[in-house]
Amino acid sequence: MRGDHQTLALLLFSAFIAVTLFITTWAGRNRQGSAEEFYAGGRLFSPMENGFAIAGDYMSAASFLGISGLIALFGYDGMLYSVGFLVAWLVVLLFVAELVRNCGRFTLADVVAARMAERPVRTALGTSSVTVSALYLVAQMVGAGSLMALLLGGTSDAARSWTVVGVGALMVIYVAFGGMRATTWIQIVKAVLLVAGAVALTVLVLVHFHGNVNNLLNTAAERSGHGKDFLAPGLRYGGDWTSRFDFISLGVALVLGTAGLPHILSRFYTVPTARAARRSVVWSIGLIGSFYLMTIVLGFGAAALVGSAEVRSSNAAGNTAVPLLALHLGGGEGSTGGAILFAVVAAIAFATILAVVAGITLASSASVAHDLYASLRRPGRKQYGEVAVARVAAAGIGVIAIGLGLLAQNLNVAFLVGLAFAVAASANLPALLYSLFWRNFTTRGAVWAVYGGLVPAVVLVLVSPVVSGSPTSLFPGVDFQLFPLENPGLVSIPLGFLAGWIGTVTSPEEPDGARHAEAEVRALTGAGAA
Amino acid sequence: MEKEAGPETAAVRLDDPWDDVPASGWGDQDGTGSVTGVDASGAAGPAPVSNAADIYLEVHRSAAFREVRRRYRRFVAPAALAFLLWYLAYVVAATTAPGLMARPVAGAVNVAMVAGLGQFLTTFLLTWAYARHARLRRDRAALDLRWDTQEMTRGLGHEMTRGLGR
Repeated sequence: MRGDHQTLALLLFSAFIAVTLFITTWAGRNRQGSAEEFYAGGRLFSPMENGFAIAGDYMSAASFLGISGLIALFGYDGMLYSVGFLVAWLVVLLFVAELVRNCGRFTLADVVAARMAERPVRTALGTSSVTVSALYLVAQMVGAGSLMALLLGGTSDAARSWTVVGVGALMVIYVAFGGMRATTWIQIVKAVLLVAGAVALTVLVLVHFHGNVNNLLNTAAERSGHGKDFLAPGLRYGGDWTSRFDFISLGVALVLGTAGLPHILSRFYTVPTARAARRSVVWSIGLIGSFYLMTIVLGFGAAALVGSAEVRSSNAAGNTAVPLLALHLGGGEGSTGGAILFAVVAAIAFATILAVVAGITLASSASVAHDLYASLRRPGRKQYGEVAVARVAAAGIGVIAIGLGLLAQNLNVAFLVGLAFAVAASANLPALLYSLFWRNFTTRGAVWAVYGGLVPAVVLVLVSPVVSGSPTSLFPGVDFQLFPLENPGLVSIPLGFLAGWIGTVTSPEEPDGARHAEAEVRALTGAGAA
Repeated sequence: MEKEAGPETAAVRLDDPWDDVPASGWGDQDGTGSVTGVDASGAAGPAPVSNAADIYLEVHRSAAFREVRRRYRRFVAPAALAFLLWYLAYVVAATTAPGLMARPVAGAVNVAMVAGLGQFLTTFLLTWAYARHARLRRDRAALDLRWDTQEMTRGLGHEMTRGLGR
């Protein structure tokens, strides 16, 4: 990629950074630092605003560039991902959004701890939430570095490192100074940009094929080198049974994990009522669904117009499929239109990364301050305000994320996103669903559900092929692989639910009917909701 | 709950359900149509209750609350079962039966494409159906219960309104 892309792309990046920093200062002015303000942005966002913000939190660069890239390379199998990412929202809509809004104040642990002994439950859920956020965050940071290097052509290690540091610094500034209010507006701006960019490219692809989708698919199949197989499942996950089970495992983790992602759950507290939370999910399902439909067009469009071989030669994981498509649609290499579209796509990818990492940082700082610090601090010691702790935690998380991002820069960390979903589905979801729907659920059940899902998920990954024993592993030189699947969800999710059940039935604690009644009344009616 | 009394009340959007009900609206259910069969009077029972736990137990036992819970569960349980099975069937078919999925339907479109787009379509449809069901069948009754419960706990001082998940 040459200079004119770069200059324009850097200009657009700077414009986005300027806008977001303006939002941060504007959101921070005249606001007292209350917890309500920092974690929940004052709770007065409208369903539409929150719907855009949720979509912004959820649609990462991995889905914009990654999924369409997978489709460009493997055809139909790339599409399987987007289906899982979308269907997951039904779990959120039906089981989680309204009830969580009614029962909690700021975090997932609020909901579960309400019925239980507070300290152990808060500690457990705080730990699992921070784990999920950390996995997701490191994946995004490493992705940010390599993506920017890819898009701007600066493949030097220094450029990548500075991107990681810059992204980390910006996300800490947004969160520490702007809290939820600034983060939400940044998500909204990003979601609008992302959807607008996707609509523009989709329209261009469809216009190119005169609206003939059949022609688009046939051309894609032809230029992919796979023929008709390109339009059917099996190119990527159709190999041996291990890879098939691996996909089923990932599919289950995606669908059940979304409802346990801390940065998604915390979004429901930014609206005034459960009804508004539901309507924000309806908005976000509309946005996310249309967006994934467009990435399918873009993926097949990239295969048809750019060609799978060229996409692969530019980046083996397919991440450059959409930028290359934009270049082609704008008139090809060297044209002004191509340069402009390419720069716009690069800027949108950058905005996407920044917004997503800010959302995760905010959620993890809330878990640290509201759950871990609040339950682990010793009584009698000097107490710091929770929001002050959260701001410091955001900075600390930023430093750790930058450090891990730099360390993992040259490692293959693509599995981390799937793992984050698997941990969320194995540790957070069982505790959440049991506490919302099971009368006899006890403290021990809650704690066991969390650790019973978290520990197997993490251990199984450590002994899986993503860490050792295969050429694409984190540590290809050693082999302590025991578990065949890359994603632990298929095993760890049932274990989490099982552990919660065993913990509850073996618990000496009598189920507290009154507290269950209170929780259920609050959950379904919103009585006493924050 | 600070919001109700706070200066921010004016900022509550018009689509907020708080605005659906006139200030004295609870108990005034006529003409709404959506609360047929829900009788909130069970919540405002005769026995004077002394503490919050008793109030919640009382509301929990009331016919109105059970009706709201029944409506929620009767919609969510079958819907969730259906969409989870349908998604699982889709993923399993895509990974284990590529031959079936590759069967052409029309032009370049094959069974897999139809099934994948069908997942999108059913997700949108279920979202619409759930939102509609909740809006028409649950919201009003739940809001009435919320008002009643909060009214009953009001006399108990402020520990009630702080929220369970402190």
